[in-house]
Amino acid sequence: MSTVIGTGGPAPIAFGPKERAILTDPLVANNPITVQMLGVCSALAITTGVDNALVMSVGVILVAMVASLAVSLIRDRTPTAIRIIVQLAIIASLVTVFDQVLKATFYEISLELSVFVGLIITNCMVLGRAEGFAMQNPPYPAVLDALGNALGYALILIIVAASRELLGAGKLLGYQVLPLTTDGGWFEPNGLMLLPPSALFVIGLLIWAMRTWWPELVEKD
Amino acid sequence: MEHFINLMVRAIFLENLALAYFLGMCSYLACSKKMETAFGLGLAVVFVQTLTVPLNNVLMRSLLDEGALAWLGPAFADIDLRFLSFILFIAVIAAAVQIVEMTIDRFMPALYNSLGVFLPLIAVNCVILGGSLFMQERDYTVTESVVFGFGSGFGFALAIVALAAIREKLSYSDVPEGLKGLGITFIVVGLMSMAFMVFSGIQL
Repeated sequence: MSTVIGTGGPAPIAFGPKERAILTDPLVANNPITVQMLGVCSALAITTGVDNALVMSVGVILVAMVASLAVSLIRDRTPTAIRIIVQLAIIASLVTVFDQVLKATFYEISLELSVFVGLIITNCMVLGRAEGFAMQNPPYPAVLDALGNALGYALILIIVAASRELLGAGKLLGYQVLPLTTDGGWFEPNGLMLLPPSALFVIGLLIWAMRTWWPELVEKD
Repeated sequence: MEHFINLMVRAIFLENLALAYFLGMCSYLACSKKMETAFGLGLAVVFVQTLTVPLNNVLMRSLLDEGALAWLGPAFADIDLRFLSFILFIAVIAAAVQIVEMTIDRFMPALYNSLGVFLPLIAVNCVILGGSLFMQERDYTVTESVVFGFGSGFGFALAIVALAAIREKLSYSDVPEGLKGLGITFIVVGLMSMAFMVFSGIQL
């Protein structure tokens, strides 16, 4: 967390309490998935294994940071009427680059993620931070905010993926951690955890746990 | 004909974009508190999806595919622009949503008022982009993409109306503190998704 890459901007690059708050707030207290409800789709669909979740997290972190930087840099020149299309064009170009790099380097993983790499474009987390924060703020805080939110997103993705892979197949990152009964071990894998619905249960229970721990997160209505 | 009915049933039930692929979850969870809003959003998705999936298909085949630009001259015959498909799709979707919005506003003001804010928001709904991306990945023909576009939109509408109905009933039940609201909704959607898995393996 301490290795924040400073980006060029008119403001002096500092890492004071305000910057720390921008970065760490979205990790738990204002987490994009469990609190703001942004970017839920991909969190559910690709969390069958930790490797997929890691690749997806890297993609979202990179795209969100560069998109927020670009949106923030041109924020004074963007006409309000077409800002969504400008933001979408920036994000779509970045995702295209990421998709091409992924296909060239990790072809198997890109097949498994299938359309979900393309769907980073409509990941409301990326667009939401670009529209909600980067449009009003200078580049340095905008990048920090995007990094914080993307890390919060990655955190949930990896927790969900790890619990699903561990309980569903007894593996982590493809390595056998818990010995299966079929191989003479003691662990009976729960096949449901590998099926899509289990992601919803895991996130639902995660939200329950977080709200019990931090009661201020409970919805008001 | 049988092939198209089969494709339609698959798009609505087996490969329901909301409950099998979890696309459009943000608006699915956010707009399902009341029956009317859920119905309006569902209608808008069917409308836009039936329009954009075939449109993207035609544009992809006539602009991006390998050899599609041959009409410009022999030098363009072996250009493959498929890597630009993300940008094409999102531009078409954003433009289509804008046009649909203006058309409905002009000719059907009653429908426009009932859809309200959901129409512009659909441009960033992953169901719409996801539909076009699945169309590309599975290489549907133009007719197939019309059927798939309508079927997948209808499947989403069905799922969101069903969830809204459940959530309206849910407000009378005694849910543990902390699980209220978002938490229990996730669990309900999980159970619905399990129920929809029953359809898998159905072949007409």
